[in-house]
Amino acid sequence: MTDNPSGIFLQLNNISVVYSDVIQVLKGVSLSVEKHRIVSLLGSNGAGKTTTLKAISGLLKPENGKVTDGSISFDGAVIQNSSPEQITRKGIIQVLEGRQPFKYLTIEENLKVGTATRWTRPYKKDLEMVYDYFPALTKRRKSLAGYCSGGELQMLVMGRALMAHPRLLLLDEPSLGLAPLVVREIFRIIRRINEEQGTTIILVEQNANMALQIAHYGYVMENGKIVMEGEARSLRENPDVKEFYLGVGAGGKTRTYKDIKSYRRRKRWL
Amino acid sequence: MDFFIQLLVNGLSIGLLYGLSAMGFVMIFKSSSVLNFAHGELLAMGAFLFLVLTTWAGLPVYLAFLITLAGSFVLGFAVERLFLRPLIGESLIFVIMLTVGLASIFKGILLFFFGGNLHTYPEFLPAGLGLQFGNVFVPPVYVASSFIGIVFLVLFGLFFKFSSQGIFMRSVADNQTAALSLGVHVKKVFALSWAIAAMVAGMSGIVLGVINGINVHEISAIGLKVFPVVILGGLDSIGGAIIGGIIIGLLETFTCGYISPSLRDVVPYAVLVCILLIKPYGLFGLVDIERV
Repeated sequence: MTDNPSGIFLQLNNISVVYSDVIQVLKGVSLSVEKHRIVSLLGSNGAGKTTTLKAISGLLKPENGKVTDGSISFDGAVIQNSSPEQITRKGIIQVLEGRQPFKYLTIEENLKVGTATRWTRPYKKDLEMVYDYFPALTKRRKSLAGYCSGGELQMLVMGRALMAHPRLLLLDEPSLGLAPLVVREIFRIIRRINEEQGTTIILVEQNANMALQIAHYGYVMENGKIVMEGEARSLRENPDVKEFYLGVGAGGKTRTYKDIKSYRRRKRWL
Repeated sequence: MDFFIQLLVNGLSIGLLYGLSAMGFVMIFKSSSVLNFAHGELLAMGAFLFLVLTTWAGLPVYLAFLITLAGSFVLGFAVERLFLRPLIGESLIFVIMLTVGLASIFKGILLFFFGGNLHTYPEFLPAGLGLQFGNVFVPPVYVASSFIGIVFLVLFGLFFKFSSQGIFMRSVADNQTAALSLGVHVKKVFALSWAIAAMVAGMSGIVLGVINGINVHEISAIGLKVFPVVILGGLDSIGGAIIGGIIIGLLETFTCGYISPSLRDVVPYAVLVCILLIKPYGLFGLVDIERV
């Protein structure tokens, strides 16, 4: 199973997530990810994208959340409700939303923390690999992360995750609050990582346009459920996705409020 | 002038010890946000363990010293494992009450075995260790305590700066969720900070015992001095703890020498109140990097 290159790598089977025993956020989410692919998870705010990632990476626990139903299996092993220490050691690393650097550590020390999951830590080579992907970090390696710009920090936290040699990388909104040029750069690097390292990636994004350009497959979430899925190409062509997430109307141009009945057609999913 | 220098030297070496034991306190606070009210008792445990090993078991001093350090390390580890880990995620007040309870337990145990009297260590520092600068004589105790203080300071500095465990500890103190997401063993880090804090506290306990003699009440009261020290230095700054310790140590000895010995123990708390009024985050606690 492990060596099957096109097999299912990660499988979420009808999972529900409840915070503080009362607030249900995910209501039966199923998705599967094949090895070496980039899978994009789209949806509006509060749809449950981040919660899905945290259910996979085990980071629900510190927030008093729990997978109450369903199962998550990764590479043949059941991992739901395992501790983040165990899950990260299986090779799943989440890059948190909103860039969370260690502010009082230098760039290089930040990167070094990324080796926490590995017992043998010859990290010099990995540092070079990270600096190769993110040349912008090279000249700041000795400065405190707290003083770096947003783009540099996004590169830093992604590089930090790469130091762990992840087999499955969970990226939570890498484009958040970045200039368009930097976003393009970041997405190019994500694709390069996927191609060169063979890392499987789940990409949560608001920027559906960008995400569907580099992803192989996509899921659309709404209200704690998966409402649509498909190959990235077919999602890009789908009229609903176009209208709701890509901001392009049926006629290929943006809707305006000048036209009669320009209000959004409210899509009801199943 | 000689008197001044004498006081300066005494104050510095005492202050260094305060700073070191405050550093242990700050480490626990930074990594796990726990205010450890049993810190003074950890000092006392170390001091009495050393007493038992030297006088009752009759071990050579260096061996007793090493065993005390190891014992305190284990004690800190056990305290975290047995008492604090089950409380992870509970509200802060429970955890604080727990440390207050631990303080009473430790104090009770020590009073039960040793009573409230003053004990002294056998004289073991060679008289030749004292230093003579002109008319100023630095007693062997102060030379030894400064030496130990500086050695430990350098060791910890190197540990935090260069070892991977040290970097992990700083990362947990900095951003716990991010550390978790990268697979840092946060619980291990908590345990290690308690163990190191207890070890440093035990060490300070021994040296303070050599200087003043050991008495349960006095040593645990000295442990409480970490509060003015860390509030002066900033609760979350390890460097601040050291500098705060030195300032408080100097203030104490100068008050004792120039004003009145009875005011000695009051001054740190008077400083504490002033600092809280003027600079509530301490001298070094405010340096929060807002640019993210």
